[in-house]
Amino acid sequence: MSQGAVATMDRKPMPGMMVYNKKLGMWVFLLSEVMFFTSLIGTYVILRFAHPDHWADVGLVLNVQLTALNTFFLICSSVTMVKAFAAIQEGNQKGLQMWLLATILIGASFVGIQVYEYMALTGEGFVPMLDSYHAVGRGNPHEGPSLGGPLYGATFYAMTGFHGAHVSIGVLCLIFVYVQSLRGVYTADNHEGVEVIGLYWHFVDLVWILLFTIVYLI
Amino acid sequence: MSTTTATETHAGTAEHHELSFVRKYIFSTDHKMIAKQFLFAGLMFLALGGLLAVMIRWQLGFPGRPLPVFIQWIFPDTMAPGGIILPEFYNSLVTMHATFMVFFALMPLMAGVFGNLLIPLQIGAEDMAFPRINMASFWIMPVAGFIMLASFFVEGGAAGAGWTSYAPLSTSGEWTGVYMGQILWLISLIVLGFSSILGALNYVTTVMNMRAPGMTWFRIPLATWSIFVTAWLLLLAIPILTGGLILLLADQTLGTAFFRPEGSGEPLLWQHIFWFFGHPEVYILILPAMGFVSEVIANRSRKPIFGYHSMVIAMVSIGFLGWVVWGHHMFQSGMNPLLGMTFVVTTVVIAVPSAIKTFNWMGTLWRGNIHFDTPLLHAVAFVALFIIGGLSGIFMASAPVDIYIHDTYFIVAHLHYVLVGGSLFGIFAGITYWYPKMFGRMMNEGLGKVHFTLSFLFYNMAFFPMHNLGVQGMMRRIYDPNQYEYLQGLQPLSTFISISIFLFATTQILFAFNFLWSLRAGKVAGNNPWKSCTLLWTTPSPPPHGNFPEMPIVYRGPYEYSHPDREEDYWPQDEPPETSEAGGQLAAAPSPEPVPGD
Repeated sequence: MSQGAVATMDRKPMPGMMVYNKKLGMWVFLLSEVMFFTSLIGTYVILRFAHPDHWADVGLVLNVQLTALNTFFLICSSVTMVKAFAAIQEGNQKGLQMWLLATILIGASFVGIQVYEYMALTGEGFVPMLDSYHAVGRGNPHEGPSLGGPLYGATFYAMTGFHGAHVSIGVLCLIFVYVQSLRGVYTADNHEGVEVIGLYWHFVDLVWILLFTIVYLI
Repeated sequence: MSTTTATETHAGTAEHHELSFVRKYIFSTDHKMIAKQFLFAGLMFLALGGLLAVMIRWQLGFPGRPLPVFIQWIFPDTMAPGGIILPEFYNSLVTMHATFMVFFALMPLMAGVFGNLLIPLQIGAEDMAFPRINMASFWIMPVAGFIMLASFFVEGGAAGAGWTSYAPLSTSGEWTGVYMGQILWLISLIVLGFSSILGALNYVTTVMNMRAPGMTWFRIPLATWSIFVTAWLLLLAIPILTGGLILLLADQTLGTAFFRPEGSGEPLLWQHIFWFFGHPEVYILILPAMGFVSEVIANRSRKPIFGYHSMVIAMVSIGFLGWVVWGHHMFQSGMNPLLGMTFVVTTVVIAVPSAIKTFNWMGTLWRGNIHFDTPLLHAVAFVALFIIGGLSGIFMASAPVDIYIHDTYFIVAHLHYVLVGGSLFGIFAGITYWYPKMFGRMMNEGLGKVHFTLSFLFYNMAFFPMHNLGVQGMMRRIYDPNQYEYLQGLQPLSTFISISIFLFATTQILFAFNFLWSLRAGKVAGNNPWKSCTLLWTTPSPPPHGNFPEMPIVYRGPYEYSHPDREEDYWPQDEPPETSEAGGQLAAAPSPEPVPGD
């Protein structure tokens, strides 16, 4: 292949979507993720409309205050992710590493708090299983009438569980990106990896805001 | 393998260092090798699904008669004691036949093989956008297939709740006697979903971002267009199924009650989730075949495709309409009749783009210089059988008629007209047409014609009478129709159908032989045996790693056949205009157009 001919003929691909492949690929992947969460949220909506008696009043079973704090954490992690991306756009590798580490720590504590929440809830009989569901409500260790029904538990764990799995995968990917950043892979001109994982992270954050609203607040 | 033909000495191979055997043939990232891997795996699953169908037809054609000597020895007493197929095993056969055919044969053979082979070559890219994700997309598929196969050997046998796995039949082994098999079925399809999504992700990104200069949206060949639309459907429909499968798996294993009525769950919700995925899936299984057939018919008639733009718009609108028709699978589920009416209307609307495509194919053939070779015969058979399948679809789309024929053999006839008559003949058209590009040799024409003629004959003998069975009230998935007195008179027809299926299946040996024999002994194809205009055929057969020696430039649409001003009856997409004002033409040519429909 003669290099000269290439230069004069301008053999470049079509402009396409004006973004690089990885970014376009991530957008397309996130669309399929939207559909995945749609199936879970749709199930929730339909079951809740069909069986309102399975749901307890807001705050009786779920710990809204703790989760509100957790939501705040996750939103903060989106801010730190933006900071990380802004840092490497200016070629600031130290800044990138610092903000990535912050994002990882906040993301991991989100998962940690969620695990703590799950343990507390299952201890109070709020489980997804049909046979053993017996939610007694918050801070109420005694036997009492069951609040809501098993569909409440099942849809709760399905939606928040799969979101938690997405956050965990996000944290693992961020750790990978962080290790890469320590090796100096990313520069002001080459930081596709940071941007692509950032897109995923903001998406997961956005999904949580939706889930928090419909699972905890409504 | 005979892929190493003399053509490999062409320019292009020299730039790439030699790969080890494992990297070249097993964990390959080359889209053409991945296409071949999908092809061999898909054909094997197709054969497996076919064998299961033969077993089903044995039971229906000769109820209660032991399987022939050698075959009955294969099956243990839990499946077929004394060679007589048990009802439970029959349920598994029906379920697994459909599952293997839909998920492991047709989907890989259409999107997997031709998506990988055609997209980069037809748009002028050197490979897929994400070659390693592409490799993962293939290797997930046999893993899922292995899990599915393993379910035959666990206690209780393979899943038996139908490929639709309706709840509550599928939520507990109490009803079917299948415990582990159903769980493995769910896990296998969840795993397989990743393969589809990774593949689709690649197709969409590649088509959007990696087209050669001048390859505007309306210069993309229709096969690539069809797979592009299909990829969007895969991308958006498969996650819905995955979500549903996971919830069903939770019902099975954790004891939740999403779909179990005994815990206030909603069995109907499963049907809605399944068909919300399932109807786009129907178009996933037919759209690529429409693309292949468009290529073959235009090329073999030596005419530009009739109504290229309307072909594209029809495919995109089928893709959109496919999302709002799922309720027509559920007219008998107790759904509100008013809602049913809505689904009748949306479903019948799909007849419009389908008819546009059908008439365009006929318009292309009209007064064309038709070359009656194997790809064209298969393509024309596709059009003919798709018309029959489409028309019987209109019966089902109208709720009042569907109430009568729902879940009868009429449905079986319809879906096989679309999936065998449509998709499988489309796949045969595609394989015979692109085989020379994949393997560098032509398939045998005489054998191909015999295979086509016998297939077409036996196919219609087998499936057309099923309409009749259905109208007379024979229900699908029934183990022994003779248990009802009013169906006993239909036994001779069932036996006739079974014998036709056995003949149809036997005929496929011809195809397998032709396929394997031509790998070594076929006529060497050369670069462009069909004298086609698309970029694909400008490469050597088989194309080297990297496809094009330098990035091609596209000057015109993909179907410029029999142009009146030219001696040659085809005008390749990358041939510069004869005006020799290359500079001026070039500047104008690669202007991007707005994205239609998305």
